[in-house]
Amino acid sequence: MLKHFLNLQWKSFFRAASFKTNLIFKIFMGFMALYFIVIFTSMGVGAFYIIEDQEWGDPLRVVNQFMIYYLAVDLAFRYAVQKMPITNIKPLLYLPFKKAQVVRYSLGKTVVSFFNLAHAFFFVPFSIVLLVEGYSPVGVIGWHLGIMALFYCNNFLNILLNNKDSVLIPLAIVFAILGISQYYGFFDITLYTAPFFDALYDIPWMAMIPWALLVALYAAAFNYFKKHMFLDAGLAQKHSVAKTEDFTWLDRFGNLGIFLKNDIKLIKRNKRSKTTVLTAVFFLFYGLLFFTGAVESYDGPVWKIFAGIFISGGFLFTFGQFVPSWDSSYYPLMMSQNIKYKDYLNSKWYLIIIATLISTVLASPYLYFGWDAYLAVLVGALYNMGVNSYLVLWGGAYIKTPIDLTSNKKAFGDKQSFNLKTMLLTIPKLLLPLVIYGLGHYLINPTAGYIFVALTGVAGFAFKNIVFKQIEKVYKKEKYKTLLAYKQTS
Amino acid sequence: MITTQNLTKKYGSQTVLNIENLEIPKGQSFGLVGNNGAGKTTFFSLLLDLIQPTTGHIINNEVQVDNSEAWKPFTSAFIDETFLIGYLTPEEYFYFIGELRGQNKADVNALLSNFQDFFHGEILGQKKYLRDLSKGNQKKAGIMASFIGNPEVVILDEPFANLDPTTQIRLKDIIRDLAAKQGVTVLVSSHDLIHVTEVCERIVVLNKGEIVKDIVTSAETLKELELFFSGNEVPVETLSDESASL
Repeated sequence: MLKHFLNLQWKSFFRAASFKTNLIFKIFMGFMALYFIVIFTSMGVGAFYIIEDQEWGDPLRVVNQFMIYYLAVDLAFRYAVQKMPITNIKPLLYLPFKKAQVVRYSLGKTVVSFFNLAHAFFFVPFSIVLLVEGYSPVGVIGWHLGIMALFYCNNFLNILLNNKDSVLIPLAIVFAILGISQYYGFFDITLYTAPFFDALYDIPWMAMIPWALLVALYAAAFNYFKKHMFLDAGLAQKHSVAKTEDFTWLDRFGNLGIFLKNDIKLIKRNKRSKTTVLTAVFFLFYGLLFFTGAVESYDGPVWKIFAGIFISGGFLFTFGQFVPSWDSSYYPLMMSQNIKYKDYLNSKWYLIIIATLISTVLASPYLYFGWDAYLAVLVGALYNMGVNSYLVLWGGAYIKTPIDLTSNKKAFGDKQSFNLKTMLLTIPKLLLPLVIYGLGHYLINPTAGYIFVALTGVAGFAFKNIVFKQIEKVYKKEKYKTLLAYKQTS
Repeated sequence: MITTQNLTKKYGSQTVLNIENLEIPKGQSFGLVGNNGAGKTTFFSLLLDLIQPTTGHIINNEVQVDNSEAWKPFTSAFIDETFLIGYLTPEEYFYFIGELRGQNKADVNALLSNFQDFFHGEILGQKKYLRDLSKGNQKKAGIMASFIGNPEVVILDEPFANLDPTTQIRLKDIIRDLAAKQGVTVLVSSHDLIHVTEVCERIVVLNKGEIVKDIVTSAETLKELELFFSGNEVPVETLSDESASL
């Protein structure tokens, strides 16, 4: 039976559309994984000696003291990111498998997930260092096994807690309060929890307790799943309550309003687009790296413009980049309806402009770093609106990645975003303004640099009609290829 | 209304559609039947300029569809769920289509009120997004939307599949009514011979991309079609082809 399951798993992994990415992307992912493994491992090896050097006390005791927070953060992280093992169960339900087997397999799958293995990269080297440093072997083994069991407890706890915000949010608040009160010295929960973790080392058979807990949690998760393995219970998809919205205030914009209304709904009602907008908000904070001098290599004057472009252009880059892919799931409708490319593109363009303006206003706290900093944002915004807004729309025609609005998969990085044409288009998007500014800055003075970039942006506005005609042509030329590409949803 | 000339569509060496000549007059209810892979959806996709013909062209009301977009204002279609916008409620979707076709809310509401029985109280005011409706209800919404804005040509791919019996009957009335009373050219494809013979004045059978039958519907049509699809009556061309290759 297990053979069948493993076979299915193997195929679903290697035949997944996301697996057939191009080589560059695979290498990139490989490096990322390697990076995290190295970080965790070197932390495991290094933690002992760092704690010793800083003379915080016995390294094992120090680690034990903060273990409770480590576990709490792990649980929160799992809750946010780790997916439930229920996917792909449906087709198995009516096949001659016993339900218990399906559940066991699904739960077993979570055991080998990255979320559990990642911790081993820290704890295995750390335990080895402990042994090398002459800690009692039996104690270290007991401690190690006990702690590992606790992380697996988190694994099953997360499964049980899944989608129960009512349990997790209070828990998160409690831990946040505990953390704050510890920091300010009101109350120190670690005084009560550390002895338990210490005991795992001092009295190794105590490791039985987390293991017993683990078995109990596994049994609970098993029963819970088995009981809820019905299409209308545990396997049901959650539907949100829909509300019809009019946005009549957009009617005054005529044709433009029709599409703007739709785009606002698109952003509001889909998981993927919400994530994108959230990412755009993070771009606002990117400037802190430049203006606080946190990163030395960003201290050159030219980089201010770079920061300005990113701060004001978060939405432009994260959302605009994927026009028209946002409409990929109903692109045939858009192509056969009474829609002119010009109107369609125009509405997306306005959306980008409005978002850039909002970002620019939200970025006003950068005034704290002086007029110069905010001026860079303003100039960056002008360039974004005047030049980059066209470039993202143009580049989007070549991306052709269908977007699944309802899932967050692939929200960060995608194979087809890495193609030559879009790469080439980033040069005028990011590098050209730096060059323009550099010319003004070094030939005349910094103010001239700002003026040059701003003028380029303004000039862009003047050419809107001409540029739009060209972009329209590209969209028309790419229409059939795009339709075909969107058909191949993973 | 619709003229097809020397239309072929090839993928590599495989010809999926080859129509030498097909004329569909205005106001005709036109049925397209054939097995899977016969080229029905390919033909409709070509009609909507969603794919490019390898040779030939289609002219829709004097507009060559792969050259100009002027056919869009008077043509509407529902092919599959890619014609639905999943994150809208049905009402919002209808209004959106309405706005694209120059109909205000009142116009759309007036049209919808004619079709209350078609919806069976399961579409409007359900507090659900289109993506959360059942397949059948999604289809109803999509078909309904294709009637918005007084189109002159309506193209429906497999409209009867997934519909409940009441709605099937109602849809047949609607299609007959559109063609007979309002002069709308309705193109319907179907796997279901009974439905298509009941509703269409003319039936064209596609087999492996070619027109093998072109019948004006009569009392005998259903028998004729059943005979054809049961394989008892093999089309003449195919027979001679096969015997030649043997």
